[in-house]
Parts: sequence; structure tokens; C-alpha cells
Amino acid sequence: MRVGFLHSLIRKDEKLLIAELRGRSDVELVFLDDRKLAFDFASVPDVDVVLERCINHSRAMHALRLFEGGGLDCVNRYEVSRRCGDKILTAASLRECGVPQPEARVAFTEASALEAIEELGYPVVLKPAVGSWGRLLSRINDRHAAETVLEHKAILGSYHHSIFFVQKYVEKGGRDIRAFVVGGDCVAAIYRSSGHWITNTARGGTASNCPVTSEIGELSLRAAEAVGGGVVAVDLFESDGGLLVNEVNYTMEFRNSIEATGVNIPERIVSYVVSPDRAGNR
Amino acid sequence: MPVCPVCDAEPMISDDPVEGELLECEDCGVELEILALDPITLGEAPDAEEDWGE
Repeated sequence: MRVGFLHSLIRKDEKLLIAELRGRSDVELVFLDDRKLAFDFASVPDVDVVLERCINHSRAMHALRLFEGGGLDCVNRYEVSRRCGDKILTAASLRECGVPQPEARVAFTEASALEAIEELGYPVVLKPAVGSWGRLLSRINDRHAAETVLEHKAILGSYHHSIFFVQKYVEKGGRDIRAFVVGGDCVAAIYRSSGHWITNTARGGTASNCPVTSEIGELSLRAAEAVGGGVVAVDLFESDGGLLVNEVNYTMEFRNSIEATGVNIPERIVSYVVSPDRAGNR
Repeated sequence: MPVCPVCDAEPMISDDPVEGELLECEDCGVELEILALDPITLGEAPDAEEDWGE
């Protein structure tokens, strides 16, 4: 099987996947560096499946669309990248599938955003629709901060920062859960703990094993299904009212989670990608 | 030996390098990218962009 590896920069996560792919005698690895590609809307690489590992969301999403348009089987699928790469689309998908999530609002102007924030009640978290690693998240505790942040985003940000996505702040007790879904299985989960309200490991949160309870496993699979399935990481909050799905990530990072969980996550991903039973296979 | 383009140190290269691989110069701490394999050539890694992530 020829596996196209769509990438740009190679992080430790990609190195682990490459090592796993190279260790399989029935796999021929084909590197597809998104910085070197040019598309003609017709031809596609001569591969059987594409494993997407781009660091840029916009490149990943468009490349997947063009590859799939040419008939290529991709992990993840374009539709998954579209829904997960935009937090508003993620929230809409979760809502349509009845998956519990923090209360949220979307507004297009400073005035309507301020009104939505006041209606939700402080504190809230203002998030860019596209972004990752906890960057540009604003926890807003009062009206003064809300007015300031909204004005800064409207004036200093690019156009999509004027699409305001506001979530009710969830008190999560210094940790959240990241659950790793591969196909129809929730293969592992970690607690991400931090003294800061942002618990991303990219921002200094520490990873420790989180047993995959039936509640975590079932909700994670429902969230994955809501965005189209495949290989995704589901971020969960433990709220007083039960688990809530915060975000779903489609080019998931796992390097800090292998040792903590004891699960060989890259092996699980590659096995899924090359599986003849996978639904996306032709 | 490949050298860091910032400080001229000789960073450790993994046994199985690939183009595009990120590494850190142990001397100056800058993030580097492997630009070519034969011979191994290092450049400064690009700055994070707004849509980078997972």
C-alpha cells in the first residue's frame, strides 16, 4: 500500500508516525510536503491513502478537499477538517448531534457580542474560530474587560477575529481531559493539569493517565461521530453537570500522551489508516 | 557536521532525519528545520502562523 504523508514541518508526532509507517513491510511511504505541492484540480498523487499531518489548518483543509475531489481516500476526511478546524462549525456539529458542550454564542459585531456576553454572564471565554494550542483565548471576567478585548479584536485583528465565538467559562478544577479516538475506539485519555486556566500541554499543562470510563469513551465517540469520525482528539470538561465537549482536534498531537497512557497511539493511527476494513477505503 | 545558522554550533541530528524535521540548537536554543538531507542542511524554522495547530 502506498501511503501519502501530507505534512510541512515534522514534529515529534510526525516522526513517530513515520517510524511506524516505515516499520510496516506492506507500506510504501510517500512524502507530500504541502510547501512543494501545486494542484491542477485534476491530477492527484499516486497513492492509495493520504494521512494528513499538516501544521497549517488552511492548507490541510484545502489539500484534503482537492485530494478527495480527485478520488483519493484521506485520513482525516475533508469534512472532518472543516468542522474541527473552525470552533463555530464544531459547536454547530455537536449541537446538531445532541453532544453536550459549554453554552456558547456567536456574534458578528462588538455590540452584539457584548450583549451576548452579558447574557451568558461572567466569566466567559472569547475564542478565535480558527486557532490552536490555547492561543488568543481571552478569559473575560467583567464588562470592562469585555469592551476592551472586543475593541482590540475588531480593530487589530484580521477579518475573522470579528466573528466572535464566546463560551461560558467552565470551572474545571485545574484540569481537563483529552481523549484520543481512532476510528470506532476511544484508545486512551489523559488529564491535562495546570495552575493556569488554559490547560493545553502546549502551554505548560502536564499530562497524566486518565482511565477511559464508559462515560468518557461513549461521549468521545459521539463527539467524533458528530464531526465525521476518523482520528480525532476530544477535549472534555468535567463540569458539575457532567462531561462537556470543549473542542475536537483533527490533526491531533499525542507525543506527550504515549508514556502517560502506555498506549502506542501512532501504532493505532497507522493500523487504522492501512486497515482494509476502514469505511473510507475503496 | 551541519551547523546552526544562528550560532555555528553543531546540533545533534537524529539517526533517521527527514526533511522538514524540527530540532532545537542546544547552544542558542533556536528552533531549526532540516532543509535538505544530502548533505544535511539546517535553517531557522518558520515562526508560528495563525492557523498552526492540531
